[in-house]
Amino acid sequence: MTQDKKLLVSAIKNGTVIDHIEAGNALKIIRLLNLPAHKKIVTVGLNLPSRAMKHKDIIKVEGKEITEEEMNQIAILAPKASINIICDFEITKKFKAKLPKQIAHVLVCPNPNCITNQERMDSLFHVIQNGTIKLKCHYCEKIFSQEEIKNYNT
Amino acid sequence: MNFQGKSIISINDISKAEILHILKHAENLKKKQQPNLLKSHIMGSCFFEPSTRTRLSFETAMERLGGQVMGFSDGKVTSAKKGETIYDAMKIIGQYADVIAMRHPVEGAARRASEATNKPILNGGDGSNQHPTQTLLDLFTIKECQKKLAGLSIALVGDLKYGRTTHSLAQALAHFGAKIYFVAPDILQMPDHICKELKDKKIKYTKHKKIEDVINKVDILYMTRIQAERFSDPMDYERVKNAFILTEDMLEKVKPNMKVMHPLPRVNEIDTKVDKTKHAYYFEQAENGLYVRQALLGLVLGKLK
Repeated sequence: MTQDKKLLVSAIKNGTVIDHIEAGNALKIIRLLNLPAHKKIVTVGLNLPSRAMKHKDIIKVEGKEITEEEMNQIAILAPKASINIICDFEITKKFKAKLPKQIAHVLVCPNPNCITNQERMDSLFHVIQNGTIKLKCHYCEKIFSQEEIKNYNT
Repeated sequence: MNFQGKSIISINDISKAEILHILKHAENLKKKQQPNLLKSHIMGSCFFEPSTRTRLSFETAMERLGGQVMGFSDGKVTSAKKGETIYDAMKIIGQYADVIAMRHPVEGAARRASEATNKPILNGGDGSNQHPTQTLLDLFTIKECQKKLAGLSIALVGDLKYGRTTHSLAQALAHFGAKIYFVAPDILQMPDHICKELKDKKIKYTKHKKIEDVINKVDILYMTRIQAERFSDPMDYERVKNAFILTEDMLEKVKPNMKVMHPLPRVNEIDTKVDKTKHAYYFEQAENGLYVRQALLGLVLGKLK
């Protein structure tokens, strides 16, 4: 069990490991996926050393399989994330989060005069992938870079 | 092409073929009115913020087609003041009216309204976002006075940063291969995202600081107002304001077919002496709003095909 000693976040028997999250985003993802509500064990590693990313976050969810659709909706926060589904300590499925064409609910439109910030309703963004990623609000039609989106509906 | 039941929210939702179809019907209505076309139809005229030309031309358009109008011209008289959402308000008005023309100060309000009702919404302006009927009447006017839309040289002058009219017009002109000149002080130049969109569509555009740099080359000089409030330092405004005022003497060497347009209201950016010249076309432009809105009402109510 020498490998276990190297693990900074303990291994899980059944569930999901979301790895290679950009450092600083794990807590937002936990809130967006509403993980505390499932009453399952969630372990989090923040700012772990990573060869590829220098620092990364990691989330391990015991007893819950996170679907590709769920992951895709939050892919904007974790574009490099790899998701491992664990069954009896073995990886049974592995996938990457893919940016969907539309992102509903998750993002808060930075335009204060957008209807989504004035009334109780879901936001909706169209993802424009043209070299860089841009997000166009379905309602106010303003286009934002990822960095301009500061708030998330958690 | 079927417009029945369709909302007109953003110029970006309308294809080139659809634009030309709307303009064709507007042209027909300008030639020959159809006073009974929309008999027994009711338009909800929902203006949550003040408007004169847009509201009155929508209402006149409906009435001259034989339809009726109900509504309000000030959001303060509605339940919006009590905190009612746009969604609820428009759902209810949609149960009374066959079509709704609306203006609202919040961006995206018209799109939201179109989700609340299955009756067509005609967006008469949502904050600084879209004003598609203005863009369509601008295109109609350009086509009318130049006899074509393709391959024209067009200067957009004034506040290009905040002006929704010039944004939508630039985007729509991209369908027709125009050469566009943006004439504005640096701080009010056309936003990068619109320029990038034009570039992607291989539309030629250049940026300028003075009307004189481009006026003799263009077929259309589209003027807009520069508001002093946009400048943080009033001195900056004083320095640039005269470069964006059109006077009669500037028209000496322009192309004979050149027309001056303006979405109105103007303040001082077009000297009144220009009104009498053969180049002034802004009053005709305002009149054309009537025919374009008539065409849209007829189309979305399924009475024009």
